[in-house]
Amino acid sequence: MAVMMKHDECLRVLARHVTDADIVLPVYSTAFEWIDIRPHPLNYLSHGAMGLASSHALGLALGRPDKRVIVLDGDGSLLMNLGSLMTIGAEAPPNLYHFVCQNGTYEANGGHPIPGRGRVDFVGFARSAGYRAVHEFSDLKIFEQQIGAVLSEPGAGVRRSQDHAQRPAGARLYAPAQPSRAQGVPRRARYALTPGLGYRGRRSKAARSIPS
Amino acid sequence: MGQGASADIRKPEGLRGSGIIAEIKASRIEFVISVPDITTSEGLLRPLSQATTPRLIRVCKEDEGVGICAGLSYTGRRSLLLIQQTGLLDSINAVRGVAVEYGLPICMMVGLLEKEPGVPPIQSRRYGVCIVEPILDAMGIAYHEIEVDADVAKIRPAIDEAYAKSRPVVLLVGKRPP
Repeated sequence: MAVMMKHDECLRVLARHVTDADIVLPVYSTAFEWIDIRPHPLNYLSHGAMGLASSHALGLALGRPDKRVIVLDGDGSLLMNLGSLMTIGAEAPPNLYHFVCQNGTYEANGGHPIPGRGRVDFVGFARSAGYRAVHEFSDLKIFEQQIGAVLSEPGAGVRRSQDHAQRPAGARLYAPAQPSRAQGVPRRARYALTPGLGYRGRRSKAARSIPS
Repeated sequence: MGQGASADIRKPEGLRGSGIIAEIKASRIEFVISVPDITTSEGLLRPLSQATTPRLIRVCKEDEGVGICAGLSYTGRRSLLLIQQTGLLDSINAVRGVAVEYGLPICMMVGLLEKEPGVPPIQSRRYGVCIVEPILDAMGIAYHEIEVDADVAKIRPAIDEAYAKSRPVVLLVGKRPP
């Protein structure tokens, strides 16, 4: 039986391993929780909708190979842009970390189930797309024990299989499985108070570029 | 803003892919993001795929490319989305949200599938062609027609302006450049 992880607890653990130099792209509901847990100028929020965050992350990772780019995706979002797995796998940026929260719902749009709920295999998708390391977590303690190591060094967490031994270290995908979520907070208000990159209320040049 | 109102029938002569690529490079484009388009396939995409610069990123779907170009724009790296008008139409929501509402310099070079040579897009008998410029007008997106060799000179200023003003621009390629 799968162990559940609470969404906010998972994000708090992750936040302890994110540095000031990292660019983080949280999507939808995760964005509200993340920017409350870790408000930061390099939270990138201008990825719009329809699952494009992973594509924005690829652009950021290609443009700034000196920085870690961490996308906090949702399963519904990724299904809308599943082709991005292939593109990311092909480009294999070693500084891109792709997390997928697999809760089986379109959480931001009423909690309706995603197609294939309970059957969809993002780990399998990512592996076949060419992601060099793929991990699945369903236990917060194990996530806490392992996530620092896989994020802490260049190429960390890369599994070099015989089939792909000659390919460069590429993006990694971590899929926390079936988390529950924190409830009942006025997220939108907090979101507005803690803008990051691309926040729509700030159109200054400073808010539009990534500092060195 | 758009130039779709020009009703002159122009002889579709002299458009060269090499000239367009030279302007793309002169515009300091470092990445070309593309889904193959038959209008620009041989004259642009094929030679770009054989070059080391700009770096070609092949994507599965055009809205992916909008996202990649957006991410690159925040890093100060210039990019060009090379697609077909069918892909542009399919990506309208991404263009609306990311390029227009966030005001990002998303530069798109769009091949016009089945546009009749020498006929302005707005006057095309093809529904899928004649609606393109009115849609861009409705969205407030600047566009330029690239059909004859003299049009190639529009490319660099258009891209420079898109980045200077942080807004999208569309370059409509109406003829297959050899």
